[in-house]
Order: sequence, then structure tokens, then C-alpha cells
Amino acid sequence: MIILFIYIAIFVAAMIGYKLISGFLTKKDDFTSLKTVTFGDESAVISNRAASIISIVAIFLIWGSFTGSKIVPSFLHVSGPYVGETSFTYEAKDASGATDTGTIKAVVHPVSEPAEKPVVDEAANTGFAKDAAEKVITYRSILVSKSDLLENPSEQEIVSVDGKAIAPNGSVQIDTGEVRMTAKGSLAYEPTKGLQMESIWLPAPEAVVTRLIEISSEGYQNVTLGENLGWSIYRVIVGFTLGSIVGIPLGYAMGLNGWFRGWFDPIVEFMRPVPPLALIPLIIIWFGIWETGKISLLFLAALWIMVIAARSGVSGVSISKVHAAYSLGASKSQLLWKVIVPNSLPEIFTGARVAMGVCWGTVVAAELVAAEKGAGKMIIAASKFQNTDIVLMGIILIGIIGYGIDIMMRMAENYLVPWKGKG
Amino acid sequence: MSNLIIDDISMRFELPNGGAVQALQNVSLNLKSGELMSVLGPSGCGKTTLLNIVAGFLAPTEGKVILNDHVVTGPAAERGMVFQQGALFEWMNVRKNIAFGPDMAGKPAAETQEKVESLLQIVGLKDFADKMIYELSGGMQQRVALARCLANDPDVILMDEPLGALDALTREKMQGLVLKLWKETGKTIILITHSVEEALLLGERLVVMAPRPGRIHKEYNLPFAEMGVGKDLRLVKKEKRFGEVREEILTMIWDMEEEIMGRQEDVA
Repeated sequence: MIILFIYIAIFVAAMIGYKLISGFLTKKDDFTSLKTVTFGDESAVISNRAASIISIVAIFLIWGSFTGSKIVPSFLHVSGPYVGETSFTYEAKDASGATDTGTIKAVVHPVSEPAEKPVVDEAANTGFAKDAAEKVITYRSILVSKSDLLENPSEQEIVSVDGKAIAPNGSVQIDTGEVRMTAKGSLAYEPTKGLQMESIWLPAPEAVVTRLIEISSEGYQNVTLGENLGWSIYRVIVGFTLGSIVGIPLGYAMGLNGWFRGWFDPIVEFMRPVPPLALIPLIIIWFGIWETGKISLLFLAALWIMVIAARSGVSGVSISKVHAAYSLGASKSQLLWKVIVPNSLPEIFTGARVAMGVCWGTVVAAELVAAEKGAGKMIIAASKFQNTDIVLMGIILIGIIGYGIDIMMRMAENYLVPWKGKG
Repeated sequence: MSNLIIDDISMRFELPNGGAVQALQNVSLNLKSGELMSVLGPSGCGKTTLLNIVAGFLAPTEGKVILNDHVVTGPAAERGMVFQQGALFEWMNVRKNIAFGPDMAGKPAAETQEKVESLLQIVGLKDFADKMIYELSGGMQQRVALARCLANDPDVILMDEPLGALDALTREKMQGLVLKLWKETGKTIILITHSVEEALLLGERLVVMAPRPGRIHKEYNLPFAEMGVGKDLRLVKKEKRFGEVREEILTMIWDMEEEIMGRQEDVA
């Protein structure tokens, strides 16, 4: 919740700040800036480059400040967990009504920096309420048993902490955290956690980068990063290629022949809305968890998309082009190869982009279920050992590769079908 | 020698709801080689259907089309077609589009090349030979369509409102080009149009068709096409006879439209 509010605040502040600054800096007189009607005119809405940069910076800033990252200056860090020595007193009462006080000292330390228990001054430790010393790891709590504190725990009980009354199941706030009393009258101390995330929930950005470097050279569980990602990409490419090899000719046949269309339409229309992930259990039963299974799954994921793309590519050929080709003397096979195929390429590329995206998503999910190597396997294995930094790194890499695939497909599209959308 | 005979053609479409449309009824026309004929008529009079039958895209329910002593059964290179728009192959450049017909026929590349160059010259696209289709304006695209059709050296050229999508100025220029091509190549041309002026300018013969059922209503033999070759078409339009015929045909078509509407209106 806090993070959301901070994010919205940064968004608004950056927008207002940018407006003020850019208003002074540049005096634009290009065509768009001369338009008076901009609200509602889609063509006048240009993605603001500065906003994109600030957006990315903001994400890292928030990420860094909530994880105590070194890449964010420390004054921007939100309050971290309490670290250091602390102490609190408690008061105990016995059956006769006599009271005594004791002091509990504690040292709070991060798990990565071991510390020693503070020393109890035994000379001053008189009365039935004893002093105690403990060490606590940040984000954890410590239970100080009643029997360790009181001389005769069955007849005496603790009644207050730092002067504030406490009862079983109650709690008292102290400067450095919270003291709770258990149902049986023991004390539990939990140091202040602050707003920062524990690295097991969200590691700092630099921890993820360090892991990336470490894993790309040494690997994780004896598999290098390159191998993991390489296997995923390999599966996608093989599955997609097989799907295209079968799907595109089938789509053409459905676009050109009524029998083919009638025969395969029910199958395609039924299979298309089935998410590939829903097929995983069946695929595992049929083909097992190894490569055959995963590649069959990706084949099926790509197949229907490519069939539909090729079919609509054929339907998209305007009848006048077909008529023109025939009256210029083209034969049926010439019409297919010289007119229908090139004319359907834009549709096929659109289908291929969608299919690649779906395949990439499906392969990661399939690897989460079962795999020896692969990007999905890496993050699911890491999550079992609570290596959140590896999980996060894997997710980021999966995102980058998916985006990279789409960009490459778009570049290929621009190069191979420059006439797309210009007919 | 390339006589085109349209012999008593009727065309009847069965409708899914059990009815039928008589698109053409007993249409007969006889074109001599090198004749330029324009076809005019209100929408729904079957002119495009007629053209599609001559092109071989549709088989008539009755009658036949005969070209060079054989019956037309399907599309063929001997009957070239120019469409209103959108029939160019946008994945090819101008040169390849024009060379499409000869390439399909497997003509020698050098010969085709030569032909394409000369056609580029004729239609005035010398400097645009390597441009892609989507880089050209509408008028230029229609020039490519004309050149592509001519590259195949057809006996008959069928034009289905070839200038319909162009702006008025480009249209006038293109009308001059069509006349020039007709005179230079000596092709038999059938041109369908909505514009009365265009039909007058681009028709030695002008056929006015009437709707429901589609039939030939009236035929004219006109001097304007011959007159307009290589001349300013605006001068032709100023001819007294041109104005008279135009008024006559406009009235004729107006009356037909009125009849279709099924009501009489006072015409001011």
C-alpha cells in the first residue's frame, strides 16, 4: 500500500516537474505542438521519452530504497530493521505482592553479521526477577522463557514491561520493537522490522546483478545460465518451426479448399481456445516429461495460431488480385506461389509473432512443471531454496528474452514484408 | 482479325431465398478489332457482370462469348483486365508488376525487359521503375495497371471503371493516356464507367444499358474518341454535339433511376 502511494506520488511529481522544466527549456514549433486540439486526438499523443526514463529509474529507486540497496543513496532508504543493542526492564510480582524488576539486554544483528550475547552483570542481578541477555537476528524474534527470568515461575508473574502493564497474550511497544507476552506468561521480543523488505522476499538490485554474474560463470546446480536459457530457446524454436511447417500448409489448404476447411475447421476452432498450459497434464501422460513432451506442447501451441494466420492470409487476398493474375495468364500453381503466398506473408508474420510469444510463455510454464534444464526449471529450483535473487533474475531474463524475440520478429517483418499495411 | 462476339448472353443468379435475379438478358454485341467501346448504365444494370463474363470469371447461363473463333471458357492472357484499384501486387516493384504476365508465360527475360522499358516510357513511369507499389500515387498505380495489361499483349482489354477512384484532374490526364494507348496499340477495348463524360470521350461506340433485367438500351457511334487522340480533351467537351449527347444520355439514365426508385418526382 505504501509502495503504491509512493509510486503515484513519484508519477505525479515527475509529471509536474517535467512540465515545469521542459516549459522553460524548449520552445517547440513542430506540427504537433501547433495543434490546439490534442485531448482526444490520438496522433497528437506521443510517448514521452523522459517519462519512460523516469519510469524505469523510479522502479529501481523504489526497489532500491525498500531493500536498502547501495545503488540508492542512504537518505532515500525507507526505515530499515533495528540493528544494535537494546534493553528493556520488566517488573514481576509474587503471591505476597512483592515486586522486583529485571533487565533484558538484547543485541539485534543481521543474519550475515554474527554477534555475541551481551554480558549480564551478575553482581547487580539480585531479587527474584533476574536479568537476561539475548541475541536476535533482524526480522526474527526471541522468546525469553518465564522460567529463565523468575526464581519461582509458578508463583510469580511478570506484570509490566518498561513500566507499561502487560498481561498474557498482550503486548507492549518499546523504542526498539515490541514485547509480547505468551499465554503462559513468557516474554517474546521482536525488534522493529522497519519498512524495508527482507532479502528473502525481495533482494536488492545489486544482489540480483551479483547473482547474475555468479550464475553466468559458475552456473546454478551445475547448469550454467547460458545452458538454461539456451535449452528454453531451443525448445521454442524447434516447437515453433514444427508448428509452422505443419500449420502454414494446412492453413493454406483450408483457405483454398472447401473439403479441407470443412474437415479441419471444427478441430481448429475447438483447439484454438484451449490454453496450451491446460494440455500439460495430458502431454506429460502421453509423452512423458522429457524433450518430446515439451516440444509436442510447443508444437501444439504454435500449430493452431499458424493455421489460423495462414488461413486468414489466404482469405485476405482480394478477388481482384486473383482475377488480375489469372487474366495475365497465371496458372493455379503460379497464382499460389506468386500471389497468394506473398500476399499472405504479413498475416503469417503477425501469427508468427503471436505464436513465438505464446511458445515462450508456454515453455517457461512447462519447465516449471518438469524439466532438467531451462529458464523455468532454474527459477522453480531456486524458489524451493528461497533463492529469491535467482528467481528475480530469472524472471527479468525471461522478460528480456521474450521482448527480444518480439523485436527480432518485428525487424524481420519490416525487412521481409515492407508493404504490410500499405496495400 | 480478333473479332469479339458477345452472342445472346443471359445471366440469372439464383438467390438463397428461392428468388432469382436476371442480371443480363439477351445481350449481343459484336466488336471489330481495334474498336473502343464504352459501357454506361445505372448501378445494377449488369455492366460489371457482362465484363466478368467476357473476362471469363463467370459463365453465362445462356449464350456465349467468342473471341478469335473460339468460345471463352475461363480467364486467359488474350483478355487483359484493368481494375478500379487494388489489383496490383504490392510485394513487387513497378517493373516486376509490369513484367508479371510475360514472366508467367516464361518469356525470355531480355525480351520482357525490353518490353517493360518501352511500356514504362509510354505510361511515363520511367523514373519510378524500381519503386514499390505503395510508394506511388493512385494515378501512377493505374498507369502501372495499364502497362501491366499491355505487357501481355492481349487481344482485348477490359477496363472496369479504371479511373473511378482517381481525382478529377488525374482522371482527365489518364483519359488522354487511355486514348493514346488505344491509338498506338490498336487494341480492342471495352471500358465500363459511371461517368457520362468519360463514356463519351472514351468510346467510339457507346452502349447504354438498362437495369432489371440488364439489357442494352441504346447504342451510339461517336466521333469524340477519334477527335480526342493527342488533343486537349476539354476542347472535345466544348463540341456542340458532345453537349447534346451528354444531355440526352443523362436524361435517359435519370429516367431509369426514377423507374428503379418506383416513384415519380417533379424535376425542376
